[in-house]
Amino acid sequence: MTRVFGALWQHPSGRIGLFIIGLYLTLALLGVLGLTPHPALKQFMIDRLTGPSASYWMGTDLLGRDTMSRLMLGIGQSMLIAFASVAWATLAGTIIGLFAAWLGGLWDGVLMRLMDVLLAFPAILLALLIIAIVGPGTFTSVTAIAIVYTPIFARVVRGPALSLKQRDFVDAARTFGSSQRYILSRHLLLNLVAPLAVQVTLALAWALLTEAGLSFLGLGTQPPTPSLGLMLAESKNLMQQAPWLMIFPALTIMLGILGFNLTGDALRDILDPRTQRRTA
Amino acid sequence: MTPLLRVRDLHVGFGRDPKANEVVKGVSFELMAGQTLAIVGESGSGKSVTALSINRLVDFGGGQITAGSIHFQRSDGSVLDVTQADEKTLRQVRGSGIGMIFQEPMTSLNPVHTVGTQIEEAFRLNRGLTGATGRQAALDVLDRVRIPDAKSRLAYYPHQLSGGMRQRVMIAMALASSPRLLIADEPTTALDVTVQAQIMALLAELRAETSMSMIFITHDIGLVAGIADNIMVMQQGVAVEQNQIDAVLDNPQHDYTRHLLKAVPHFSAGKAVRTDGHRVEGRAPIVSVDDLVVRFPVSRGLFRAKAAVHAVDGVSFDLQPGETLAIVGESGSGKSTTARAILGLNSHQRGAITTAAGRSRRPIQMVFQDPFASLNPRLNVEALLAEPAIANGQRKDAALHERMQFLLERVGLPADALERYPHQFSGGQRQRLCIARALMLNPDVVVLDEAVSALDVSVQARVLDLLVDLQREFNLAYLFISHDMAVVERIAHRIAVMFAGQIVEIGEARGVLADPQHSYTKRLIAAVPAVERRNQHFAVDMTQVPSLVRQAGYEPPAARWRQAGIDHQVRVEVAS
Repeated sequence: MTRVFGALWQHPSGRIGLFIIGLYLTLALLGVLGLTPHPALKQFMIDRLTGPSASYWMGTDLLGRDTMSRLMLGIGQSMLIAFASVAWATLAGTIIGLFAAWLGGLWDGVLMRLMDVLLAFPAILLALLIIAIVGPGTFTSVTAIAIVYTPIFARVVRGPALSLKQRDFVDAARTFGSSQRYILSRHLLLNLVAPLAVQVTLALAWALLTEAGLSFLGLGTQPPTPSLGLMLAESKNLMQQAPWLMIFPALTIMLGILGFNLTGDALRDILDPRTQRRTA
Repeated sequence: MTPLLRVRDLHVGFGRDPKANEVVKGVSFELMAGQTLAIVGESGSGKSVTALSINRLVDFGGGQITAGSIHFQRSDGSVLDVTQADEKTLRQVRGSGIGMIFQEPMTSLNPVHTVGTQIEEAFRLNRGLTGATGRQAALDVLDRVRIPDAKSRLAYYPHQLSGGMRQRVMIAMALASSPRLLIADEPTTALDVTVQAQIMALLAELRAETSMSMIFITHDIGLVAGIADNIMVMQQGVAVEQNQIDAVLDNPQHDYTRHLLKAVPHFSAGKAVRTDGHRVEGRAPIVSVDDLVVRFPVSRGLFRAKAAVHAVDGVSFDLQPGETLAIVGESGSGKSTTARAILGLNSHQRGAITTAAGRSRRPIQMVFQDPFASLNPRLNVEALLAEPAIANGQRKDAALHERMQFLLERVGLPADALERYPHQFSGGQRQRLCIARALMLNPDVVVLDEAVSALDVSVQARVLDLLVDLQREFNLAYLFISHDMAVVERIAHRIAVMFAGQIVEIGEARGVLADPQHSYTKRLIAAVPAVERRNQHFAVDMTQVPSLVRQAGYEPPAARWRQAGIDHQVRVEVAS
């Protein structure tokens, strides 16, 4: 684990990615602890719609709330949803993919066709559909995004699992009489850690974007809790008078996605044995 | 007379600093027109890199020629220094001067084009033949490489041809440019022995017909004995000995050559069989297999008749404690399927496999062919060795640790190996690790499925010695699956010859090897390359293995056996 982090820090785009993620996590933590420049929900009505200044670094909104404080809280909210949903998607997708590959036959067919159906919908549309049925909220967003990204993990796991299942060391384990649980966990899952780690980092970027999209449409995080997408949505009518309200959340979203993508790409370079051989 | 090829003090390096990472360290040789040079060495000796430098293909693999010269005489008589030539000239040389065939015929052919298209392309690029003339040329060259029914084979895709056929197509493509020099890089290593003999005979005949020169790269000195004029032995990037073939074989000068000639098992038709541990008639067998049948169903669409691949069809044998039964045969003969059946790894099998109560709960263990694939790369040696014990209810305690240490030491691995991971070991060490793992449960029978085939020749000899020692020490019975007759001769007490899913001959090793009775056994033994047989001439033999796909419900006729010796049975051949 430390070896991977070390390698990531040595990798040029990995270092940038790790730095951005670290920065975001710190900002989010400060936001959660209430260590923001101003209280995030407090309305300074005299200073409504002031541009970036010494006291409000990123300006204020229509209700006189400090944009920077709200952004810090928003990062926390968005990251929380992204991490939680990707965690669920990883868990569900890995289990489904692993069992589809291991059991094969009818199970494989049914499970993977189900995943194909989910995958056929555009991500945001499927999430909309789920939220439309259940109603908006933080927990629903997590569930919806988790369901949307489960098929991707199922596929990422199933492919290598199918080939690992055919490998000699699995046959060897059968000849000792190793239990299925042992074979699945030690021989299959342990060898799937690398592709999964890459996929998790990339999925975090997509989840961040999907959450922003849902909140923008008013179906994700509900006001007054700040979230990146929601702040973007609130700013759209004031684009002319107060462009800072749009620029800063948009930049935050972009930079966050960039951070995860850079880290994911670097991880792939490090963990993929094909590229590893070239660098070694 | 100027030589066709003159290599002087060739140095080739790899990586960022090629001078520091030299793989070939000053090799010099000459090759006259019409002669054949064999470059012999183990993996890592630099033999392939030397050959790839001659047409500068080494550049594409990340290599760089750091010093030396390679002078190649072109067809117009001019001499070209390949090390200085530009890419355009090199392309011409590769196209029309130097042909090359590789080890793996499947990956050297493009799977999405028919072989006809690919051969025609070679003619179009090298000789400018297009359309009907190109097709005719392709047809002629397929005839020249003795592919039967050449006209219909032109429309085949590579996957529809057998390995030997594919290698012949590769040779045909190399011949398309009528090269003055043909480089063959281990062209038969991936092929079965009888197919190997066919390819070797073909190359010898083609050389006689076209008077082209050949450079033949191999790890097997016995293989080139019949075809080479000169031989160059390489070790760690240096040519340790080069001379005429008879001089090297009869009077080797360098220690390494002597080691290669001695340590490497050479087939000697039953003269080198083991003399210890003979079979005792009437002793209870530890494993007996009776009428084993393994068939894999093939579906050919919804309404067509069902069929099955008869991988193993009615195989019976038994194995006594402390005895080695070798199953020999070519790929597709069902020998590996038989091995897997004994461990219950196949899904479609019937017949009785009876195992006498052994020393442990799992009396049969297995060692696989590929030591790289049979160890989980993410587990360290301690976890790998503990797995069989844990699977059978043992605890990870001091006693288990002691057994691991004991077995590691016994198979010749350092004691600190426990903490290490598989990739930190060489191929031979990994196979020792696999052997130690198979012995963890104290089995009575070890199934060795091509267990030494993937190893370098001198490593192979040491692992074989280890296996014999372990057999004596633990009174193990081995079921030794192999295609390599020379290896089998060293380790087997008894031999079963399999062909097309059936045992055609079984008996005591000396009898089977020295006095083969079945026509297939005879062919198999005749095909084994050997230093002693270097002056014998082999005719091109085109026999193909029959298809094993049968209609559903087909049962083979009952086997009839005849006795050819005290412990030597032969299946009676029926004309089909």
